[in-house]
Amino acid sequence: MVGIVIVSHSWKIAEGVCDLAREMAHGHEGIIPAGGLDDGSTGTDAEKIANAIVEADTGDGVVILADIGSAIMSAESAIEILEEEERGINAVIADAPIVEGAVCAVVEAAGGGSIESVLTAAEESREANKL
Amino acid sequence: MGGVYKCISLIAERITENKDFLTELDREIGDSDHGINMARGFAAVMEKLSPEDSDIGATLKKAGMTLLSKVGGASGPLYGTAYMEAGKITAGKTELNPSDMKAVIESAIAGIQKRGKAVKGEKTMLDALIPACESFSESIAHGADMIAALESACESAREGVEYTKTIIATKGRASYLGERSIGHQDPGATSALITLEAIRDYYKGA
Repeated sequence: MVGIVIVSHSWKIAEGVCDLAREMAHGHEGIIPAGGLDDGSTGTDAEKIANAIVEADTGDGVVILADIGSAIMSAESAIEILEEEERGINAVIADAPIVEGAVCAVVEAAGGGSIESVLTAAEESREANKL
Repeated sequence: MGGVYKCISLIAERITENKDFLTELDREIGDSDHGINMARGFAAVMEKLSPEDSDIGATLKKAGMTLLSKVGGASGPLYGTAYMEAGKITAGKTELNPSDMKAVIESAIAGIQKRGKAVKGEKTMLDALIPACESFSESIAHGADMIAALESACESAREGVEYTKTIIATKGRASYLGERSIGHQDPGATSALITLEAIRDYYKGA
């Protein structure tokens, strides 16, 4: 099953998005938050993201959803750290909003979708109209 | 005590001394956390490093990894990647000659550009570092020693910081301000200048 990592500056946002996503996809164990810094302050931490990717991966790859500012750069750094360690994990960043993207991604992942289809599901969430 | 440890200690000291100044600059055009984030990151770096550290490459990688994890803001992945890239080309070295230093500055810039996808003139740390690198290279091509070349690099970095006052930010949080970012010097360019000055002062004292 494709793993999902939620990156946010706020650990509360990351945990909250994961809680919501898990409710949408019962039985998906690999929805992992990587929010804030270890001391609880706001920010993004590439090492924490790298650890979350490892935790989320079951061999089918990981789709990362990240919020604003440095979150994307930290997620890219995390992927590079894992590449340098030659972990062999296929991790990609979705160009998508984290709440809507996470919900669409986990539903696709829980249904057994490939990493490509989970990434597409996350990115297509941008097109959803709310009104 | 390893030279690289002393040099990074001096950078950490200067960043910490300028914590409030950097945060104040960032309050004007950003999210007022640059000094706080950098000081937190370098405090964590100093906890990770040992005075015995002397392999420049390994030490820069350790520092870079810590910055990636502990800074929190955009400067974390940017400086973190800069240190990591500089560490890759200095593995096993315990001292640098001027052409090694040129390669260090170039690889740090390449790291920042890979991560931030910015070019010169976008009101970022690159506006201090790219002119500094050019002056450093030119100086050593004319036979300058390390200290003289670093003096010239710092001079150009300082001019670069001044230049950031005249331009519009197109990257990061400051870009939301558009023309209102004019008149303010860039916090990232300022911390890059502080870093270069600390390196220069390390060589002057060494």
